[in-house]
Amino acid sequence: MKKIVLVGMLLLLAACTDQAVRDDGAVDAGAGSETGGAQASGINDTAGIEGTALAGKNYRVSYEIGAINDPGNILSQKIIYFDFDSSELQPEYAELVKYHGKYLALNSAAKIRLEGHTDERGSREYNIALADRRAQAVKRLLLFEGVNSKQISIISYGEEKPADFGHDEQAWRLNRRVEIIYE
Amino acid sequence: MNLKRFLIIAILLLAASNANAVLNIDITEGVEGAMPIAVVPFQWSGSTKLADADVSTIVTSDLARSGKFSPLPVKDMLAHPVTPEQIDFKTWRIAGIDNLVIGGVQLQKDGSYQVQFRLFDVLKAQQVMGYSFPADRQSLRYVAHRISDYIIEQLTGLGPAFDSRIAYVTSRRVAKNKIEYRLQVADTDGFDPQTLLTSSQPMMSPVWSPDSLKIAYVSFERGRAEIYVHNIRSGQREKVAAYEGINGSPAWSPDGRQLALTLSKDGNPEIYVLNLQDKKLTRITSHWSIDTEAVWMPDGRSLVFTSSRSGKPQLYQVELAGGRPKRLTYEGDYNANASISPDGKAIAFVHGDDSGFRIAVMYPDTRLLQVLTDGGQDESPEFAPNGSMILYATQINGRGVLAAVSTDGRHKQRLVLSDGEVREPSWASVKGSRN
Repeated sequence: MKKIVLVGMLLLLAACTDQAVRDDGAVDAGAGSETGGAQASGINDTAGIEGTALAGKNYRVSYEIGAINDPGNILSQKIIYFDFDSSELQPEYAELVKYHGKYLALNSAAKIRLEGHTDERGSREYNIALADRRAQAVKRLLLFEGVNSKQISIISYGEEKPADFGHDEQAWRLNRRVEIIYE
Repeated sequence: MNLKRFLIIAILLLAASNANAVLNIDITEGVEGAMPIAVVPFQWSGSTKLADADVSTIVTSDLARSGKFSPLPVKDMLAHPVTPEQIDFKTWRIAGIDNLVIGGVQLQKDGSYQVQFRLFDVLKAQQVMGYSFPADRQSLRYVAHRISDYIIEQLTGLGPAFDSRIAYVTSRRVAKNKIEYRLQVADTDGFDPQTLLTSSQPMMSPVWSPDSLKIAYVSFERGRAEIYVHNIRSGQREKVAAYEGINGSPAWSPDGRQLALTLSKDGNPEIYVLNLQDKKLTRITSHWSIDTEAVWMPDGRSLVFTSSRSGKPQLYQVELAGGRPKRLTYEGDYNANASISPDGKAIAFVHGDDSGFRIAVMYPDTRLLQVLTDGGQDESPEFAPNGSMILYATQINGRGVLAAVSTDGRHKQRLVLSDGEVREPSWASVKGSRN
């Protein structure tokens, strides 16, 4: 069963993601591998990637195996962004998390790692705790959608693995994130 | 001094045998009213002066770095007395010098050294202190730092700080997608950096044990946060915490027998105390918000920690015997990462507001808060063992460096790594650091 939905304001803030998706659905290479894991994620240089306006883009919603790697599928979007010093899920990202929750509930063999991150501001250990809470907030919503807790692991990196090495709000907003990594 | 003095002391550090990057120290802001002192170049006999163990130069640098002294440049000295008889006190008095240090280094027949120094009160024209130390090639620099500690204690009453070591974390981009992290230990002037651990994954929160023999830290080397206790002499280490979730913020109890730490194994970041002997874990906090960054009060009876229980990070104090945590900070929306002065009377911490994150100090008795620094991303404050200054991490043009500020905010210096970035300093107590 496939359907097409218009994901309204979704990912408005996510100008740059680990994959930059053009409107034609093609994937810009060079922005880091999708399943790169802890080693590669977070230290990719995103400076050269064109910020693609994703608001209003049509995403496919389907939950078959492999949907997570289909750039035209909503499940290809795997980064949840947060406000400063907040672990509250904004509505558009809560919606994205729910799609992943349905996928995980339907594919009980699928496992994810939630990597929590913050921007560089404030103290490092507090940021570890803050990033952990961001990942926990995503996990709670996934559990609510029927995901088994055994499918989810969490690691908090705090400010230690920025996605963007800049020192301004443009970099910071890309660093305040939880990455959903399918294992 | 009638003018604020800007001293630039470039310390040329000889690289150790390994290829470690070195920390270079700049004193960026001197202090009006610092005590004028002259350290006459020591006379070397039986040996030419060793460039990497130039005792009187090391003492001069330490005195300037303490923020309490304004040493007279060697080029401005009219005489270089070696013995007490050679001192013409009147000339030094006219030059405005209150205190004078002379001394020498003697190579002994067995290849060891004898270092002696004398401190004189110029106005009274009399010796106030004089010592002789045996040393070997390796310990000459330590002896120099000890002389600095003796002079500072004699003239200011401050305890020792320089004959010690600092630990810190460095990071260096070695390839486009690869960062190399190192946990390093160096003398307090950045000399002789040694690497305890190299990893492709982050390391955090190094902290010296009270006996200065071990360092506890967080390492992500196995893909998740784990806490290790590393014996710096043997190089052996023990993993002390690897629970599910966060393993962070290690802090030694004053007796060195327990570690406070942050774990999220029960679903939320909470503070626990781990007994290092029997590995018994005691939960200290219990709140749905963030509780982390515990540090011990010097009496070992309570912890100061960061909590977001009010909605924003603020500092709290909790008695280990039990009871509700007491809120300590009220000014501003972000107060975190406390360091307690050795006498327990002052708390340094990260104070954030619209203009950025700075190091502030507060005296709980009066609740008076003073912002000491003016960077935008200042963090990781740590009191020197004698409480006279606070070492912290800051950024210059986006690059991580260490800096130190006197507790009155008037004296500042920077420790810049020659290659890569440096952060999270921890200053060992003097006790045992050279055993």
